[in-house]
This record gives sequence, structure tokens and C-alpha cells, in this order.
Amino acid sequence: MSGSPAVVSPGSAAPVSDTDALRRAPRRRSMPSAVLGLIGLLALVALVEILPRIGVLPREFFPTSSEIGSSLADLVGQASFWQAVLDTLSGWALGLAIASVAGIVLGILIGSSRFTREFTASTIEFLRPIPSVALIPIAVLLFGSEIESKLLLVVYASFWQVLIQVLYGVQDIDPVAQDTARAYGLGRWARVRYLTWPTALPYVMTGLRLAAAVALILAVTSELVIGNPGLGKLLATAQSSGAIANTYAIVVVTGILGVLVNLVFRAIERRSLSWHPSQRAELPA
Amino acid sequence: MLDVRGIKKVYESKDRTVEAVRDLTFTLQAGELACLVGPSGCGKTTLLKIMSGLLDPTAGEVLLEGKRVDGPPPGMAVVFQEYGRSLFPWMTVRENVELPLKQKKLATARRTELVDESLAAVGLAEAHAAYPWQLSGGMQQRVAIARAVAYEPHVLLMDEPFAAVDAQTRADLEDLIRDLWHRFQVTTLFVTHDIDEAVYLGQRVLILSNSPTVIRDDLPIDLPDERDQLTTRSSPRFAELRARVYEQIHRAKPAAEPVGAGATAVPPSADHGTAEFGA
Amino acid sequence: MTGILRRVGMTIGLPVLLLAAWWFASANSTDFFFPPLSQILESLVDEWFGPRLAADVLPSVLRLAAGYALAAVVAVSLGVLIGTSRTVRGVLEPVLEFFRAIPPPVLVPIFILLLGIGDGMKVVVIAFGCMWPILLNTVEGVRAVDSVLSDTARTYGITGAARLRKLVLPAASPQIFAGLRQGLSVAIILMVISELFAASNGLGFAVVQAQRSFAIAETWAGMLMLGLLGFLLALLFRVVENRQLRWYHGLRRAQRSS
Repeated sequence: MSGSPAVVSPGSAAPVSDTDALRRAPRRRSMPSAVLGLIGLLALVALVEILPRIGVLPREFFPTSSEIGSSLADLVGQASFWQAVLDTLSGWALGLAIASVAGIVLGILIGSSRFTREFTASTIEFLRPIPSVALIPIAVLLFGSEIESKLLLVVYASFWQVLIQVLYGVQDIDPVAQDTARAYGLGRWARVRYLTWPTALPYVMTGLRLAAAVALILAVTSELVIGNPGLGKLLATAQSSGAIANTYAIVVVTGILGVLVNLVFRAIERRSLSWHPSQRAELPA
Repeated sequence: MLDVRGIKKVYESKDRTVEAVRDLTFTLQAGELACLVGPSGCGKTTLLKIMSGLLDPTAGEVLLEGKRVDGPPPGMAVVFQEYGRSLFPWMTVRENVELPLKQKKLATARRTELVDESLAAVGLAEAHAAYPWQLSGGMQQRVAIARAVAYEPHVLLMDEPFAAVDAQTRADLEDLIRDLWHRFQVTTLFVTHDIDEAVYLGQRVLILSNSPTVIRDDLPIDLPDERDQLTTRSSPRFAELRARVYEQIHRAKPAAEPVGAGATAVPPSADHGTAEFGA
Repeated sequence: MTGILRRVGMTIGLPVLLLAAWWFASANSTDFFFPPLSQILESLVDEWFGPRLAADVLPSVLRLAAGYALAAVVAVSLGVLIGTSRTVRGVLEPVLEFFRAIPPPVLVPIFILLLGIGDGMKVVVIAFGCMWPILLNTVEGVRAVDSVLSDTARTYGITGAARLRKLVLPAASPQIFAGLRQGLSVAIILMVISELFAASNGLGFAVVQAQRSFAIAETWAGMLMLGLLGFLLALLFRVVENRQLRWYHGLRRAQRSS
């Protein structure tokens, strides 16, 4: 949900000529994007420092950057904070792992035959858009604030991301390659291992990236709403006890965590895509 | 009509400076059909982009009907090589051809007239309601040409428009260009790397050197005005002219000197072999 | 004839099987948490499609629509502005990515602090949460307008507002729609979460009320209602997208087959 699916721009599959590339090279050496980005971030920090002070943002409910920063510094020194981070990440990782395995296995099974694909299509299309927050009531009823309730939400949401991508991947298998494999007498499992899996792998990576982002959101949401231990619960506590600067600091932490997860998984995805023909377009989840 | 004076283009990037074009000077007379030919990578597309105002030269200027070109001038139309990328995929053929005319603020009746006329001229009257991606490559390029023609430009620039099209279609399109040129009398500059095409089409062939580019030769083509693929291309005069151009271009490449047995020097400017200058 | 029959069979086959399985498995259930499906469906029809439709479902959907529309307008406009300037894009991209990475429900406590617990807060939090994927995708779509297309437009003198309407927006629309789709998911989540914290009506509010008072069948029915809402909105979105992007789907089909 937090990934940005690449859409093939009309006609962009055509090769770019050398002149194209040269023309786009800036004549005046403008600043590299890293520097520009840094300027943007610093400007944001400066803005958040100034605006509450001059009253544009309500000082009482919106702390300045320095206040958020010092709250952050305090938090980082507390063991309970790191415990919360660990709780969030372990729920996230476990849920992601379960969802991925389930998504990959089911994806390969369903995708392997036209019948299963067609037969399950309508069910998948109906279940997929169901917001995972709809499961909160039953999760609470069944598991309270045990980790299972968090896992239920995380797994449900992430599973679909992986499944959909794997289905796309399995459908991408070159039918000629498949016939060749059969002609050489490769059995079912051998075909999966040497043909299906490598073809689907880049899609799996994309699915993992999307699922990782969604999993983090649901993990924190579950903690926030249901009260599982973790950053979300820390946030709820901070807000209800009026520790305003702390509240904002924890929000910043979740944002940073989200950015990190995104960066790591994008890097993994890019690495796995490096040998794959670049025509593959990432289809919107 | 179109004056190119002392065009120079230098590209500067982080690690190197490339002088793509050193000095190009020539003039196009009104109603002329001239071809520009040169080896790969000699800056033909750069020149075209400068002439059409899409790119600024490092030095020199281009004058269209006496006025300096500074940004794309009205009165000039360009047909690009990548037809698939130059047509708007969300518009039908008719809408594509009509778009520049709407920009010109022509009346609806006049627009319809021009669109119908130009689509008929390129042989695509029936395809007017189709989308570009429903058409073949050759047909898409025809649409781009129709769009340029409907615009009633004073100068038409074409950047290797048939390079990405199959040989059969290319022959048809070449004849189409000559037809349109006869009919509408538009000053046309046709850029190509195909020597045969340049000699077949043009009243005049400008031959570019290798990078850094200058004009090596400006050859008038004295073939008859009525040309056709079969007879013109097999005429002796055609062969002579063609050989002349080929020789010029061949001399333009550093690997040609020194001429002698065992010369194996690889030219510094990447040239993709002489295959494309073959027959 | 058999073709249609087959298609219908494929479409409703598995759902019918699953529902039937659920029905019969739970028919005589005495498990507190898993009441018979018949009870759940009864509650769904009587309550959720009954009085609750106007009392709870409608307000939720209205808030959702308002927040989403607000986000779409703001995000697409900003996205176009940001996407056209390389410098602005470079400066803002990390900031925008940071805001997008914040798990949207986390914003609810913040906005409660700033705006209280009224309808306005809910609309704003929905808008603020779902605008980031829309914004970032719009920026990307505007940035990636094909260079040859752009040059063509320039040579024919298509500049300014005309260029925006006839070139940039259509070219970016596939990417913009991708962002709008992601934004819709976020909006639905925020619609529910915002009501869990502080509300007096709404779908999310009512479901949680049912859950807290252990009205189990009603809770399940409410969850089904939420699922149905998600499904219908996604369907509606797809219908609109298919109409707007018909050219794009055709283009991709043509590219894929070549």
C-alpha cells in the first residue's frame, strides 16, 4: 500500500538515443538530488521549529522541533522504548514471514493452472479489498491483546500483496520455456524449481516490498487500537497521558521506521531485478 | 527561407566535454527538398533539435524567414523518428492531427478541411477514428506526417523518420514524401543516415562529417523531378551520385586514413560499421 | 450458451461453496464467537441494511468521500506543480516520502490533539493520510512524461495551460490513478480508525460498539458490511478507471502483444 507501483509510460519502452541522454544532462551543474533533499528536510525541521513559536500552529498541542527532538533523545535512552520497537518489529517480521510463505505457496498453486486461476478469481477480487481494519473486532474478541490479534491483522493485509504479485509472476512464464521443460521430461517439482520460481522471483520481491510496508502499518495500527505491546501502544499511552512532545516523537519514529523498511526492501528488490529483462512492469497492487 | 549560420554545440558533463557540432552553415531556399546525411553519431539529431528550437546552440544562430529561432518557432513542423512516442495515445488519429490546428486557433470548418485533406493525402482517411496504437508503425508515421502537413508549416524538418520502419514501408513512405512535397510545396529538410534514401529524395544532399561535425559537401542532385523506386534507383546517374556521397562519408571517418593494407585503427568516435552505408 | 454458464459458474462457484461451508459448519454452533451464519445474515439485513444504514453507514461514507475528494484535489494540484520542476522535486521528495511512510492511523491521536473529535477532524485526518500516495504518484507521473511527446508538443506551440490539459495530465493519468487507488485504501482505513477513537456515529464506531457489548452476530455482520463497502468502493473505482484509462489499457495490450 505504501509502495509506488511503476506504470509504463506510453511509449517509454523505446530506446533512448545518446543525444537524448546528453541533452538531458544539465548544462549548468545543478546540485545533486541528495543535497536538495537534505535542504528540504532541514527546511521542514526549521518550519516545525518556527511555526508553533509564532502561533501558526497551536503551541499547546504542537511542539517545536527542538522539543520533539529532545523527547526523541529521551526516548532513545529508555529501555521501554527499545522494547516497544522490538515488539513492533517482531510482530511485523513474524506476520510478514507467515504471509509471504502463504502467499507464495498459494500463489504458485493457484497460478499453476488456468482452472484454479479462474475459479478463485472472483473470490480473490472480493476478499482483497476488504480493509484489514474490518477484522479488528473479531481479533479483539478471539485474542484480546495477545500477539495473535496483531498477527491476524498483519497477515491478512500482507498476504494479498504477496499473492497478487506471485499470481502475476506465475502468469509471466514463457510458454515456450514451459514446453521445452516438459519436452525434456522435467517433473512437476523440477519445473517449479527451475522455471516457475526464477520467473516469479522478481514478482515475489515486489510483493515482499509492498507487503513489508503494509505489515508495518497494520502492526502499529493493531498496537494503537487493540493495545498489543509495541510502538503503537506507546503512542496511545503518550497521547492519553498528555505527553504531547512524546506523542509527536513516537510518530516521527514510526515514520523513520517506515522509511527504513521501504529503503531496505527497495534495495533487495532492485538487486533481485538486476538480471531480469527490464521490460517487466510492476503492476499496481 | 531557413538560414543556418555557424552552429556549434558543445556538451559538458561531469567527466568530459563533447564537441558534437563544430560549425554548420547552410541555407535552405523556399520550396526546396534537401537531405542531410552523415555517419552515425555525427550530430544530425542535435542539429535538427537546434534548428527546431528545442535545443540552444553553444554558438551560432538559425534564422527562419529572417527571424532568429529562439525556442520552437511557429511555422515549423517536425516529424520525429520515434513515431510511437510522438503521437498522443489518448487521442484518436483525427484528434492528433487536429491538435496543432486548435492551438493555431483556426476555425472549426477550416480545421476539418485541413485534417481531411492531409489524412487523405497520406492515405489514412479511413483510420481517422482509430487510436495510434491500433495502427502499424508505418501508419503511425503517416499520421505524424499528416499532422505536420495539416499544420501548413513553412519549413518541415524530418529526423530520420523512416529509420524505424521496415524496408517495404520505407519505400512507400519515401514516395509519399515526394508526393506531398510536390503537392504542398513545403520547404523540407530530411535527415537520414541512409545514403540511397538521401539521393533518391533530395534536390540536394548535404553531407556531414564525423564528430566534431562540419559540412563536408553540398551536392546538387540533378536527377529528374519525376522519380520512382525502380527506374530512378537503377539509373547510372543515381549510382554516380550515390557513390560520390558514399565516398565523402567514408572519407569522413578517421579509420579511412591512412588507406593501406593492414589499417586496423578503430575510430575514436563510435561508428557502427560500414554496413549501413552498403547497398 | 455453455460459455456464459461456464463464466457464471466460475464466478460464483467458489464463493457459493465457501458460504455454504460456513453456513453448514456454523448451523448448530454454540461457540460464542462463531454464531450461525443465518444469525449473522439476519443481523446484516435487519440492522445494517436497516436503520443503521442511514444512522451509521451514511455518515461514514460521507466523511470518507469528503476526505478523499479533498485529498485528491489538493494532492493532484500540488503534484503537478512539484512534478514539473526538477529542483522543487529534489527538495521535497524526501520530505514527502517521510510523510507517506508514517503509518496513517498514527495520525489520528495527533489530529485529535489539534482538532478535537468532531467530524471536521475525521475529514481532515482522512484527507491528510491519503494524500501522500496520490501526491507522490502524481509527481512521478508528471515527471515521466515522454520526452518525444513533450518535444512534439513544444514544436507545435502547445504551452502553458493547454500543455497541462492536453499533454501533462493525460500522460500522467495512469500513474495518478495508481496513486488514487492506494489513497482509497488508506482513506477507508482512516475512516474506520478515526471512528474507533472518538465518534458518536459511523460504521467503525457501530461495529466496535457491538463488539464491546458482545453482540457477536451484529459484530460479524458489521464486519461483513465493512468488507462489502471496501469491495463496492474498489469496484466503483475500477469502473471509473477503466473508462478514463481505456486508451492506456489498449496501448498496453498492443505493446504486450508486439
